[in-house]
Amino acid sequence: MMLLDIANLSRRFSSGGRDVAALSDVSLTLASGETLGLAGASGSGKSTLARILLRLIPADGGTIHFEENDWLKLSGAELRRRRAKMQMVFQDILGAFNPRATVASVLDDPLRIHEIVPKAERPKEIAALLERVGLPASYATRSIREVSGGQRQRIAIARAIATRPSLIVLDEAVSALDVSIRGKILELLVELQQERGIAYLFVSHDLAVLRAVSHRIAVMEAGRLVEIGAASQVIENPRSSAARALIAAVPRLVTGLPERHHYDV
Amino acid sequence: MRRIQNLMKTSEGAIGFGILATLMLVALFAPILSPGDPLRIAGSPLLAPFIDPAFPLGTDRLGRDVLAGIIHGTRTSLVVGIAAAIAAIAIGLCVGLTAGFAGGAVDEALMRVVDAFQIVPSFLLALAFVSVIGASVPVVVLAIALGAWADPARLTRAQVLSFRERDYVAAARVIGMHPVEIAWKEILPNALPPVLALSAIIVAAAILTEAALSFLGLGDPNIVTWGSMIAEGRNVLRSSPSLSIFPGIALVVTVIGVYLLSEGLTKALAGRRSEA
Repeated sequence: MMLLDIANLSRRFSSGGRDVAALSDVSLTLASGETLGLAGASGSGKSTLARILLRLIPADGGTIHFEENDWLKLSGAELRRRRAKMQMVFQDILGAFNPRATVASVLDDPLRIHEIVPKAERPKEIAALLERVGLPASYATRSIREVSGGQRQRIAIARAIATRPSLIVLDEAVSALDVSIRGKILELLVELQQERGIAYLFVSHDLAVLRAVSHRIAVMEAGRLVEIGAASQVIENPRSSAARALIAAVPRLVTGLPERHHYDV
Repeated sequence: MRRIQNLMKTSEGAIGFGILATLMLVALFAPILSPGDPLRIAGSPLLAPFIDPAFPLGTDRLGRDVLAGIIHGTRTSLVVGIAAAIAAIAIGLCVGLTAGFAGGAVDEALMRVVDAFQIVPSFLLALAFVSVIGASVPVVVLAIALGAWADPARLTRAQVLSFRERDYVAAARVIGMHPVEIAWKEILPNALPPVLALSAIIVAAAILTEAALSFLGLGDPNIVTWGSMIAEGRNVLRSSPSLSIFPGIALVVTVIGVYLLSEGLTKALAGRRSEA
């Protein structure tokens, strides 16, 4: 049994009389501890897929099985409880936190809601989480507005691993970061995966990033899944025009050999 | 504390705060500043102001002390104004939060009710309400709140709609936070500042409405209010205009104070946002 099994997922948006298929008939699977890169141009439906998966927006049709639950049928308290196992890291490093929050309160919320550790041990757990993502424990008292973009994304990752999930959806998680920080965050993600066996659905438009971390890559175009296969195969021998266009869009310097090895796992 | 400092940095805020603080103190210490019932007959009638040191602002047709009336009238004006604003904001927040969150049919239904209240002139509504039920302070407060809750409701709803689509609210849902906790802890504190800035304007409007109701004789007859004093003075407006002018000045100063405070509050909040 796969960790995640998406079958025939579809979703339409209608605005101003125009009816757009954001997702049509998308099926894919993900095994425990695996990274699936989800590539596609803007508007290809990859973020819609991520948001349906996280139950942030409803699907029109299709099924999702996650950890052997009929994921789209869950609701209320049962859904909130199971959410611990599927977490998300957002693209917007500014908008993903309540502007009034402190680093400690951001990490305290998931620990409290899912009763991961007893109340008395929460500060210790928060310190451990911060250290795990490469931040000093003294950051806990800072306001979220006082930390830099790269550090915020580390905190977002700490929040995502706080509930001990088996799948993390990374929605353009490194796109907003400086190139020098990007590599370090990707290394951290790979380390966490090897250590805890977390599966990643890594959504990005940047094939250079996906190639560095993905076991398999899926390519989307206009709401359809047009290609899926091993990362090296999709990049070196793309069959769909969408994949070829994405490869052509990667700057030469990044696809060049010396740089690539830096990201390779 | 920092917010109050920001407020005091703007000149509007400082002046408004000064005026209102003074009025609050006057209202609080009214029985000490001017002991006894302000409605009792204290001296000879129609004494001109600034003549007798015992009655600095003179007396009215029945020989009641005008200064005592103004001091005690501060209580009524502030109590009614603030209580009505609190009631209006409380109703508005609840309705706006519910409409913004629930969406769909609930939102539609609630906003049509808001429309209905916004269409009816709030003063007419208060007038009708008090005429039917009878004049007493709680009824006047309720009547004013009924005409004032629609604006904060609309504003709260708009704020909730803009905040509930933010990523940090999605993040709160992803970690499994209960919707009530999201509304209360994640959205409300961030949506509140503009609604609070609006509240000062509601206080000013409520004070004016209360004065207008009293002027028309629809205030509580057992307590002294600035509106009823102006109405009293109207009968002798040509011979003793000061009877209407002094409570009128008190009213103007209060409303200006509230407006300045609101202006300063808006500036202080805007400053905080641009600094964030």
